[in-house]
Amino acid sequence: MEIKNLVQLSELAEKDGLSLGRAAIRLEAAEQQVTEEEIERELIRRAEIMKRSVATGLEGMKTASGLVGDQGRRMRGYLGQTKCLASPLYAKAMAYALAANECNAGMGVIVAAPTAGASGVLPALVCAMEEEMSVTGTKLAEALAAAGAVGAVIARNASLSGAEGGCQAECGSAAAMAAAAAVEMLGGSREQALQAAAMALQGMLGLVCDPVAGLVEIPCVHRNAGAVTQALMAADMAMAGVTFAIPVDEVIEVMGKIGRVLPVALRETALGGLAASPTGRAIAERVLGKDSQC
Amino acid sequence: MTLFDIIGPVMIGPSSSHTAGAVRLGLMARNVLGCQPEKADIYLHGSFRCTYRGHGTDRALVGGLLGYPTDDTRIRDSFRHAADSNLQYRFIPADLGDVHPNTVKFELTGQGRQCTVVGCSVGGGAVEVTNINGYKVKLTGELPALVVPHIDRAGYIAKVSGILGAEEINIAAMHVGRNQRGGTALMIIETDQMIDSVLLQVIDRIPGVSGSFVIAPL
Ligand code: SF4
Repeated sequence: MEIKNLVQLSELAEKDGLSLGRAAIRLEAAEQQVTEEEIERELIRRAEIMKRSVATGLEGMKTASGLVGDQGRRMRGYLGQTKCLASPLYAKAMAYALAANECNAGMGVIVAAPTAGASGVLPALVCAMEEEMSVTGTKLAEALAAAGAVGAVIARNASLSGAEGGCQAECGSAAAMAAAAAVEMLGGSREQALQAAAMALQGMLGLVCDPVAGLVEIPCVHRNAGAVTQALMAADMAMAGVTFAIPVDEVIEVMGKIGRVLPVALRETALGGLAASPTGRAIAERVLGKDSQC
Repeated sequence: MTLFDIIGPVMIGPSSSHTAGAVRLGLMARNVLGCQPEKADIYLHGSFRCTYRGHGTDRALVGGLLGYPTDDTRIRDSFRHAADSNLQYRFIPADLGDVHPNTVKFELTGQGRQCTVVGCSVGGGAVEVTNINGYKVKLTGELPALVVPHIDRAGYIAKVSGILGAEEINIAAMHVGRNQRGGTALMIIETDQMIDSVLLQVIDRIPGVSGSFVIAPL
């Protein structure tokens, strides 16, 4: 996936009249010297693993802190309640993001797309869109490819690592990827996919990485739910013709720059933010023990 | 970077550096030993030492030593599987000096062999082996690596690369290090093709060379 930025990919796609996702699949097939069908097949296989991570999480997980593990299940139990504010698709996406990230926390099999910490976002989108909008097969592969292209550009021009860029680099990137994927699933234009990615990422700018006890549990699980709703909002806005003035490639670079000036305490070291709250510290002491040698 | 580095890897959670990377470090150490270890002393440094229980780093390291890939669900119960496979392990919190925060040192024995391997998890599941049996190295496990201990004298590099060239084995990278204790040097050659046991014997029969082995890629 050797592309410099998303405008470049969009121009390539435009020349051949392709969607972003299809252009990304074509590029990848050429680079790996395989057919487009082979790339699609592997993407669909990974989508299946994503779906399984949601299902596994919904069964409930045992995690190191014991403080997450059935959040996804609780949210799913709320689906269809008359007081539920979210539409069925939004509510499902929240439940599934919690569940898939709980699968990660409980040492289940996940697809790190783009990272293990943010591994709830795309699976939530995939499952919710499949169930509520009947998105499957080729369309699903193209959507994941569009997400992958956004992620590849972020990896190149900013960062995907919480230790380097804070949570905006993990859950923020996942939200941008999922927003582009959602537009691709809905048949939106290339420009709308880029707008959606820009809007999702700008909403996550500045988000710090502050995992309690250094575990990928609190706040990660809940942040995944926040990130997927951010992605859905951005996709809805882009499809509605709402526009955002700063182009996505610039938003990505800004995210990288913000990451570089974030204090080290707020970049996965578990020294600041929620990790340093009184309750966060108490949890750390209970989970890691006073003898944690640190 | 491929699309599948972003939409992936497929792995056991919860952390690419502390779980997937740890599995790969265990696998690399196992590959250096060249067989199933029977005894493993595992020294944990820095962030590994602080958080190894919470991230399942301990189970991941043992899973790697047992030969499990990063997406193998047996990793969760690797301690039990270790007992079944007669692998005795212990974790020792340690200060390994001025090294990467996610560093681990293995002292392994098995089938009469032994080795010491130091490596670190550098992010996204990628690893780097930095020391083998006291020699400084730099291996990522992407390619097979031929390890040739030899007398520290001129001419060995030419001899070994000549043998490889004759078999049409392409050298991707090469590293030569000297043991501080003097007398012996270690040549590490990463190759594009696998080196079979016959060829390995040919290399090991060069006078002044002994104890060569191949580290399989991950
Ligand atoms: S808070 Fe940190 S560890 Fe948790 S998901 Fe965000 S970046 Fe990853």
